[in-house]
Amino acid sequence: MIDFIQQLIGGVALGCVYGLIALGFVLIYKATEVVNFGQGEIMMLGAFLSYTFIVMLGLDYWIGFLLCVIAMAIIGSLMERVVIRPILGYPQFSVVMATIGLGLVLRALAGIIWGTDDLRIETPFSGGVLRVGSLVLAQDSLSIIVATALLCVVLYAFFRFTRVGVAMQATSQNMLAAYYMGIPVKRMFSLIWALAAAVACVAGVLLAPITLVHSNLGFLGIKAFPAAVLGGFGSIPGALAGGVIIGVVESLSGFYLPEGFKDVAAYVVLLAVLLWRPQGLFGSHAVKKV
Amino acid sequence: MNVHVRTSYAQADRLFPTRSAAFWYGLLGLALLAAPFLLESYYLSQLVFVLIYAIVGIAMNVLSGQAGQISIGHAAFFAIGAYMGAVASNHEIPLPVYLVGAGAFTGLVGYLAGLPALRLHGIYLAIATLAFAFIVEEILARWEAVTNGNEGMMLFEPTVVGQTLGETSFYYLCLLVAVLVLLAAVNITRSPTGRAFLAIRDSETAARSMGIDTARYKTAAFAISAGFTGVAGVLYAHKLSFISPEMFSLLVSIDFVMIIIIGGLLSIRGAIFGAIFMIMSDPLLILMKDELPGLVGGLMGTVGIGGAVADSVQAGLGRVLNAPGLKSLIFGLLIILFIIFEPLGLDGRWLRIKAYLAQFPLYRPATGGRARMYLKSERNR
Amino acid sequence: MSYFSVENLSVRFGGLTAVDDVSFDVEEGEVFTIIGPNGAGKTTLFNLISRLYTPTSGTIRFRGEDITRLSAQEIAGRGIARTFQNIELFESASTLQNLLVGRHRHSTTRIWQDLLRTRKVREEEIEHRRAAEHVIDVLRLQRYRDMPIGGLPYGVRKVVEVARALCVGPSLLLLDEPSSGLNVEETDAMAEWILEINRRLKITVLMVEHDMSLVSRVSDRVLALDAGRIMALGTAEEVQGHPDVIAAYLGA
Repeated sequence: MIDFIQQLIGGVALGCVYGLIALGFVLIYKATEVVNFGQGEIMMLGAFLSYTFIVMLGLDYWIGFLLCVIAMAIIGSLMERVVIRPILGYPQFSVVMATIGLGLVLRALAGIIWGTDDLRIETPFSGGVLRVGSLVLAQDSLSIIVATALLCVVLYAFFRFTRVGVAMQATSQNMLAAYYMGIPVKRMFSLIWALAAAVACVAGVLLAPITLVHSNLGFLGIKAFPAAVLGGFGSIPGALAGGVIIGVVESLSGFYLPEGFKDVAAYVVLLAVLLWRPQGLFGSHAVKKV
Repeated sequence: MNVHVRTSYAQADRLFPTRSAAFWYGLLGLALLAAPFLLESYYLSQLVFVLIYAIVGIAMNVLSGQAGQISIGHAAFFAIGAYMGAVASNHEIPLPVYLVGAGAFTGLVGYLAGLPALRLHGIYLAIATLAFAFIVEEILARWEAVTNGNEGMMLFEPTVVGQTLGETSFYYLCLLVAVLVLLAAVNITRSPTGRAFLAIRDSETAARSMGIDTARYKTAAFAISAGFTGVAGVLYAHKLSFISPEMFSLLVSIDFVMIIIIGGLLSIRGAIFGAIFMIMSDPLLILMKDELPGLVGGLMGTVGIGGAVADSVQAGLGRVLNAPGLKSLIFGLLIILFIIFEPLGLDGRWLRIKAYLAQFPLYRPATGGRARMYLKSERNR
Repeated sequence: MSYFSVENLSVRFGGLTAVDDVSFDVEEGEVFTIIGPNGAGKTTLFNLISRLYTPTSGTIRFRGEDITRLSAQEIAGRGIARTFQNIELFESASTLQNLLVGRHRHSTTRIWQDLLRTRKVREEEIEHRRAAEHVIDVLRLQRYRDMPIGGLPYGVRKVVEVARALCVGPSLLLLDEPSSGLNVEETDAMAEWILEINRRLKITVLMVEHDMSLVSRVSDRVLALDAGRIMALGTAEEVQGHPDVIAAYLGA
């Protein structure tokens, strides 16, 4: 039983990371109908940047974290400006491939700039454990769960109560109407990408102590797809719910099922859910109006 | 300017609409037939890879270019074909049997994979194909009894009626398969099936209202595409004589999509251009790694930049060029650049060059423009 | 028994009843028009008939057969073709290719035969081409035959929509706002086409329209809808003079 709970918590923590990446997908998709297949690589870049700030430049963990998030936000909006803006309006297939290309470029650059060894970051939580009865919970995992929860509250407040947040929602629902209302739609796109990149960066920095920083971190982003699709690509809570489900499935199947099933468990669950509900668990079914 | 005068519907429908087209393609055919006698072993080997990738490119064109369905998991079909070929060949089943059999079986798998496509669109479909590919890769790695798991499988030389196929014969086999696949794909475009595909790609609603059974044609597109890819897989397995699951990873699926992005999504000729590019990219990269720093150094010397600056630039260039991720970097950049600047790929550029030469000096650069669809939401397709 | 009939047809989307207990008959060979203010449910009615939506209740009959539960592609197979209000042409293809798609229900070759391009395929291709060219001649689209749809002017695309529907070889043609977006000359031409299609090609036409002059010119009978319900049914003058109809359009 204890094992089960521990695996569960570990799964939830992993799921939060998936959820954060999936969140980035959903943010960008809702606003621009672009699915950013490079989101995982953006997370990886965030992790590497945090390594640069915290380890190489020796800054305090929290300051480094903050700087990193800001830097990634800027880089995210730059990516939007340079790569995505020119191809808005192209068929989805092309845009998807462009983001895949972006991911490839980021991964290769990371390998060139930081090398291919695994890098380690020391955090205030490293190595610490919390004991509840006979449960041993790693502080790293807990910090992920707590941070994700906090981030969700912040994002909720942002979208609900700030002008920019409401403007973003408007843009995502009807671009043309948003234009007419005076919302600078193109700037909104940049902001959305900046936000998504910042969220991915947070995920990356939280994940870094657990998985170490290396250029294949982006592949975790691929696991986040099932999370986003499960959640229906329509809502933030959906993305997180999807992420947690995938994380838990993976963690439990790694523990209870024979070797090798862990990796595909997420995908099997995904296909099963899609066959039952093609729009994902929380997605809405849109029918074209003719 | 070329003005084609057609005097009957039958003539308009011909494979080679003009005499000059027939002439040039005929010449190409002769060159390909004579290749083993004209090319060295290394180049012939590369040509075989081009043919194999061309088959896959055509398969991708049928599914994505013609029918508009996204697949980023095609390496799975490639793998299934390759492993079936390996297993069958090691059990001494005749080559023609398992070549066709692998294609048929992979086509069946493609049909099954296409069933979810009926309910999924766009991004959901792409991710489902991704999931499917991962699952197949994992099955191949785990099913050690049949596939020897991660250690991979060796293949015997391909044999037909007892005769081992040497390099030249294998080349002709690949050429034959490629030509057959090409003809089949071209036949599709000139038939009701091809038109059903394009209808589904552009407007499923209208397609259904015209009486097209979209379910049937979507799954057919998947089946045909998978079948072609499976056959290519068999040839690939024999060419390398050794296969293992990691040779069919997501990156390979991305390579396949690159074939049609670089070559041109909407045309079969584009798929072939794309295949040529993908195979030539490796030798070109090696050439670049070896020659480019020296070239740049020499250039800087002629211009007058010397000493420490030139040396550090050369050293930096050398370091970048020899980094392990270089190929990914360049491919990633190429994908992005092609999508932004050459949406119709090399084929589009080829057509524009032809138009330029034909219309000179009246050619207008805007001739090849592409209509943007800002406001048309794809969410509601 | 009438040629085409709709009986007690209703559809509800969540809490909204878009079409409410609508019944009417269409005689063979007539031009039957549905009018009504925006949001009256006209296009929804069309979408129900062509089975892009599923009715909540009611029946649709064509030539004695109950077609309410058939799928959209089966409807086309029964000889009912439609155009779309917002143009659903195949943008990347040429006019001719769009028309040839319309011919789909007339092709008998299976997919494997297409792959191999058997003699049957070749013969049918010529037949399809001939039929499409006939429609091109009727609607005078020769100039645009090989041009991709994306580059054609709006008025021409409306005509291509009709042409494609004609290639289906329908007995009943559903026209969804054929004159929307057209100027006076183009609307005039469209009226001529509709009359020609109806009288010369002997196709029954069921259409939705806003332009009253077009309606009066071509329609045999008119049905007025408002908020999903029938207000009036009769000839064009009768309906236009009906007090409920006037109230609905001008506001009571």
